[in-house]
Amino acid sequence: MKFVTEYRDPGQVDYWRRQIAAIAHGQWRIMEVCGGQTHSIVKHGLDQLLPDNIELIHGPGCPVCVTPIQYIDKALAIAAQPDVVFCSFGDMLRVPGSTLDLLGSKAQGADVRIVYSPLDALAMAQHNPDKQIVFFGVGFETTAPTTALAAYQARRLNLKNFSLLIGHVRVPPVIEALLAADDCRVQGFLGAGHVAAVMGCREYQPIAEHYRLPIVMTGFEPVDILQGLYLCIRQLEQGRYGVENQYRRVVTENGNQVAQALIRQVFVEVDRPWRGLGDIAASGWALQPDFDDWNAEHRFDVAAITSQEAPNCRSGEVLQGRIKPQQCPAFATLCTPERPLGATMVSSEGACAAYYRYRSHG
Amino acid sequence: MADFSLNCPNPLHYDHIVMAHGGGGRLMQQLLAQIVLPTLQNPLLDQQHDSAVLAMPSGRLAFTTDSYVIKPLFFPGGDIGKLAICGTLNDLAMSAARPLHLSCGLIIEEGLPIADLQTILRSMQTAAAAAGVRIVTGDTKVVDRGKGDGVYINTAGIGVVADGVTIAPAMIQPGDAIILNSDLGRHGIAVMLEREGLNFSHSLVSDCADLSGLVGELLAAGIELHCLRDLTRGGLASVLFELATSCGLAFGIDETALPIHDDVRAACELLGLDPLYIANEGCMVAFVGEKHADALLDRLRQHPLGQQACRIGRVSDSPSRTPLTLHSRLGIARPLTLLSGEQLPRIC
Repeated sequence: MKFVTEYRDPGQVDYWRRQIAAIAHGQWRIMEVCGGQTHSIVKHGLDQLLPDNIELIHGPGCPVCVTPIQYIDKALAIAAQPDVVFCSFGDMLRVPGSTLDLLGSKAQGADVRIVYSPLDALAMAQHNPDKQIVFFGVGFETTAPTTALAAYQARRLNLKNFSLLIGHVRVPPVIEALLAADDCRVQGFLGAGHVAAVMGCREYQPIAEHYRLPIVMTGFEPVDILQGLYLCIRQLEQGRYGVENQYRRVVTENGNQVAQALIRQVFVEVDRPWRGLGDIAASGWALQPDFDDWNAEHRFDVAAITSQEAPNCRSGEVLQGRIKPQQCPAFATLCTPERPLGATMVSSEGACAAYYRYRSHG
Repeated sequence: MADFSLNCPNPLHYDHIVMAHGGGGRLMQQLLAQIVLPTLQNPLLDQQHDSAVLAMPSGRLAFTTDSYVIKPLFFPGGDIGKLAICGTLNDLAMSAARPLHLSCGLIIEEGLPIADLQTILRSMQTAAAAAGVRIVTGDTKVVDRGKGDGVYINTAGIGVVADGVTIAPAMIQPGDAIILNSDLGRHGIAVMLEREGLNFSHSLVSDCADLSGLVGELLAAGIELHCLRDLTRGGLASVLFELATSCGLAFGIDETALPIHDDVRAACELLGLDPLYIANEGCMVAFVGEKHADALLDRLRQHPLGQQACRIGRVSDSPSRTPLTLHSRLGIARPLTLLSGEQLPRIC
């Protein structure tokens, strides 16, 4: 399969493994930002191919994992209302809220459906005028444009039975929040390739310069990740810092400007809480005021819902790279995919779920 | 010449199933007499007795049952009727049983087009006849509209196992070769693409097939099979994990050996699914002593359902915390476990 097979080629993987080993002399700690990269690293065992002096730290780039429990509780409150069809990406259905998850809510009678695109939910609204269709817009800059497009179309069509619960987040503020912490251990980043496909490389240059560290926009296949690590380590070894682009087949300097314009038209940057990380300034998106009529928080009066995270879940430390999943006392004991304490154990991109699934824990 | 039929106009009066079709009255009798019995034609069923009285064959009996629930009812490569026959025939075959008789319980949702019911019944009859078995007893119920997905089917099957043949998880031995007859994941992905209306251009059809003829040929050829298992829900990884756990041995499989259709692979990549956990309906693993492995592969490849047969792994007796290990193309060994539930498509 083109763009997959060649990037999983054992010969290429071995070549880049040896290239890394040849240049890596220092002790370097590199964070891959995106949960998709974490999943690929653990699934393919890429961390086991690296020399001992390179440590990978798994970052906060799993959209499901960082969605605070109060958003799930809002989703549950909306889904439980009569005549609502609550639409979500599949990953979100098993994320625990305070009392249950969306799958549990479905079992209790709520109409909860998996969609593959917000535009599918929009079409559902057009075909079911007697139902209230709500889409749960979650994700980083990667998925925000399609949600924005659904909101834009809903307004254009003046669809009264469609609304959005927005939980979109931005990568640069969370990277800055991690770097600003006194005990930050990260010395370089593999940037999230698909986020950069939308937003471009350029918004990372100020971060690289201010914190004087390398950020390499990186893809998701084994060869991508090893090449990204190679470029990052090369900068570290040479004492350089800056933004480089490993993922040139997808990422450009300026990104997808049509998508960016749509995001600006529909969303406004807001402060928001991250699961396990607390409030981060300008790290989220909310609907612009002129999209208020399509804001599900207002339509269903759930804006005031607040909730507490499970106290014994240390996913915040996992998401900041302070501990590895198996260093959490609850890992694979109190917290399993069947009874998750936090979202990192649920999402296919969550670090805890990846370790549970791909590493021995018996 | 104009069509002429004594049955014209349609004496059922209804194009769709109504509650009265399950009510025990005249409409139910009409449904049975005009649709069900003529389609599933066989003398035992025609007696409409409360139970079928069957002659006992020599040997041991295998007895199995399964219920079939699928959306959509019709999918590329089959429908719920074919599935309900093949699935139960396969369950019999996995115990080395030669299938003899089947039962059929239909739970029909009010509103199902009668033409759809007839198509499904014809599929059942075609699949059963191809395997040389008959549906000898059955039942029909109708439930309110909204209480079922068109139709649910339960089938049970009886087969006979020859003396001296035992095929079971307990027979798996260290050193056994693990052999697969066909490529992985076609049923699950074909059905999912159809159900969700995903606009991929693809050529996938379900692998839904009756394996009992193939297994019969392997047994007739004298191949000493230790265990067979069809890879239905949960796919290859779940089935192997369960078997390894139940027999207390360790299985290792080689990622590069696993046959996966390019379109299945592509759909899984896009949706974030793992083909090792996708359902199949015409795929089985066989455990066989190493000295019979090549003969088994030869035999499988001579059969239409075994063209892609290949050796995917081996059984070892090393005590291990991980019953099932995947050796990846990058040379990494990683454990495969049961998933928590169904795989869910990822966000991005």
